[in-house]
Amino acid sequence: MDTIGTKKTFTLPRRSLLKGMAMSGAALAAPGIIGRAVAQSGDVIKLGAPFHRTGIGAAYGRWYERTALAAVKLINEQGGINGLPVELIIEDDGTDPKRGVEAVEKFSAEHKVDAIFGHLFSHVSAASAPRAGELKMPYFLCSEAHSLAAGAFNRYVFQPSISDVKSQVSSMAPWITDNLGKKVTMIYPDYAFGYDHRDNLTAAIKAQGGEIVGDIAIPPTETSYTRYLPRIPLNTEVIYHVLVGPGVLTFVKELGEHLGSQRPEIFGFIDSLEAVSFDIPQLAYLEGTHFWEAMPRYAQPNQTSFDKFYREKVGVDANGASVDDAKSVATFSHMFSVWETLFAMKKAMEMADYKGPKQKIAMLEAMESITGFEESNEFPQGRKIFNGKMHQSFAQQNISKVVDGKLKVVHTVSPEDTLYPDEADYTKMSF
Amino acid sequence: MSIHNKKLFLLCLATLAGLFVLQFLLSDYLVLAFTRILILAVFAMGYNVLMGYTGLVSLGHAMFFGAGVYGAGLSSYYLGVSLPVAFLAGILAAIALSFLIGLLALRTQTVSFMIVTLMFSQAAFLLILYFSEFTGGDQGLTLPTSARSFSLFGLEVDMTSDVARYNLALTVFGVVLLGLFAFTQGPVGRLLVAVRENEDRTRMLGFDTYAIKLLAFTVSGGISGVAGALYGLMFGYIGSAFAEFKISIEALLFTLVGGPGTLLGPLVGTGLMTLLIDRLSGVTTAYLIVIGALLIVVTLWFPTGILGTLRDRWLPWLK
Repeated sequence: MDTIGTKKTFTLPRRSLLKGMAMSGAALAAPGIIGRAVAQSGDVIKLGAPFHRTGIGAAYGRWYERTALAAVKLINEQGGINGLPVELIIEDDGTDPKRGVEAVEKFSAEHKVDAIFGHLFSHVSAASAPRAGELKMPYFLCSEAHSLAAGAFNRYVFQPSISDVKSQVSSMAPWITDNLGKKVTMIYPDYAFGYDHRDNLTAAIKAQGGEIVGDIAIPPTETSYTRYLPRIPLNTEVIYHVLVGPGVLTFVKELGEHLGSQRPEIFGFIDSLEAVSFDIPQLAYLEGTHFWEAMPRYAQPNQTSFDKFYREKVGVDANGASVDDAKSVATFSHMFSVWETLFAMKKAMEMADYKGPKQKIAMLEAMESITGFEESNEFPQGRKIFNGKMHQSFAQQNISKVVDGKLKVVHTVSPEDTLYPDEADYTKMSF
Repeated sequence: MSIHNKKLFLLCLATLAGLFVLQFLLSDYLVLAFTRILILAVFAMGYNVLMGYTGLVSLGHAMFFGAGVYGAGLSSYYLGVSLPVAFLAGILAAIALSFLIGLLALRTQTVSFMIVTLMFSQAAFLLILYFSEFTGGDQGLTLPTSARSFSLFGLEVDMTSDVARYNLALTVFGVVLLGLFAFTQGPVGRLLVAVRENEDRTRMLGFDTYAIKLLAFTVSGGISGVAGALYGLMFGYIGSAFAEFKISIEALLFTLVGGPGTLLGPLVGTGLMTLLIDRLSGVTTAYLIVIGALLIVVTLWFPTGILGTLRDRWLPWLK
């Protein structure tokens, strides 16, 4: 540090600066160079998990990570896969498509993993799936987007656990029109996730002889909803809502103030309130309304031993919150897909006697040959039909009612009733 | 033709040669990482024309990057044009957009200019969401497999090949670097710097500073579009995330760290920041805090960035 007059300036000798820069450069590059030397040891199965540790999907990412760690621990306790231990490598994708692709490249070229799994948000998976295919990297989604089943991706991409949004929405519609009403007003976010719901619900409700009487798209930047609520037609029998993000609590409060006690029936997707506790005053208005759930957050009276086992292993209590912290509510209707996907991958690897990349194609073909999964500790959400052509699972769905601030399952749709005609055949694509 | 600033010219050639050799030395992953770095460095170099050389801080360059992404991606997706044609379409879209926005935004100065560019950029982002049936909105569009290879002058290029991708990115980077060398180190470049240092005086000397700034704005936006078009086609995906505000900020940060007003600064800044984020994110989820601390250090002790500091202290030709 030199002093010139009263002003202090910091001078850095050129030698030190260059030395520092060279060392920093070496430090930055080292893992990549070393990575080449130690990769492909062949005595371990490496799985890459690009989770949403930060960004808009962080609440999901946190629970995805916790679930994955629990599942991998269990798999290793049971002897690994084909006698090989499983190593989990996690990278943050920032819930960002650009970072998602970077993570896929890093897993493939640096960590040299055997497969990648765990992307949830559809824009991240839409960007990452093509790159995974190009890198010939098995890529398992834990998302809900319809893109895979619609044929937008490639032969390396699978979704063996959670149903896609088309299947979820269309299987709910018959129950909604039979039990709640036929005149439906939709309130949804004004972007792709909302349009998936709008398009699929509109078609499904019409197929049931119902009618969409109101269609209210709300921009994701909105923080108050009062100016949209008067657009709910008076003849509405059911309000269908799928808003997500922090604004949902305000939405529920303002909806209550607008409609009062003379409200129509209300049906929502639990995506709105994943990781949010139900027994808070802001959500009191939802008492008596219905929700879709992939997997019931609250342990039901007829809870299966599989559900109990899964909760124990992941550390989730009967209310769907962390056993360590009752205020930390899980993303229960999504995170099971991480658990089940790992066991689906294990099954395919066992079928192909997978020991390393040499059996990669055999493993993918084994995955395509699977027709379903029975309800078990490995698949605690329930029985599934797996469509090997579309690479997509079809699982049972639940409709729950809010009773005393908890979700109580009132109807379950069987996997068969969630099916729709094939839209793609990946088996005709080359590897 | 005389070459101004021969030392810098030689350094540019050495850098290009070094980058070419790098692909044989680095691990597979770092080759992939450098492919991305080269494309994003082109974006930062475009940004640097406006911010570094002309002294205009824009907060809306994501719209030009996005124009490149969508101009190229949509023409490939809907019209099925070949990749070189789609690439040109992306560049033209960015040039046209930057010229139009420049006409309007350059009527403002300093903070107002930042706000106006930010607002135009946000409007462009929201338009992408509004026309999501066409653009794919936030979910984006995955380009078809037919758009993963092309043939140019009898040369077959497979966009899925790591070697082809790196060398394609390097070629585009090289063309932009040498093009910008000619642009910034010659008489036009001195005019840009004159506007940056004292716009009133430049006007008094008889130059049309509005026209100079419009030229800088259009070149800057056009080069940002080159990067966007290449990124969209290279990765086979287009989405509104590429027109988000944070993309504008990335270009600003890469340029600030590397050295605004230095030709190679954006490459240094992009490389350093990208690799830092890449490495740190594997260690901690709080990597952005570390990045933030680094930025504070750079701003306090190296306000002219890494290469800017080298230029100010030892290497005056490094500009």
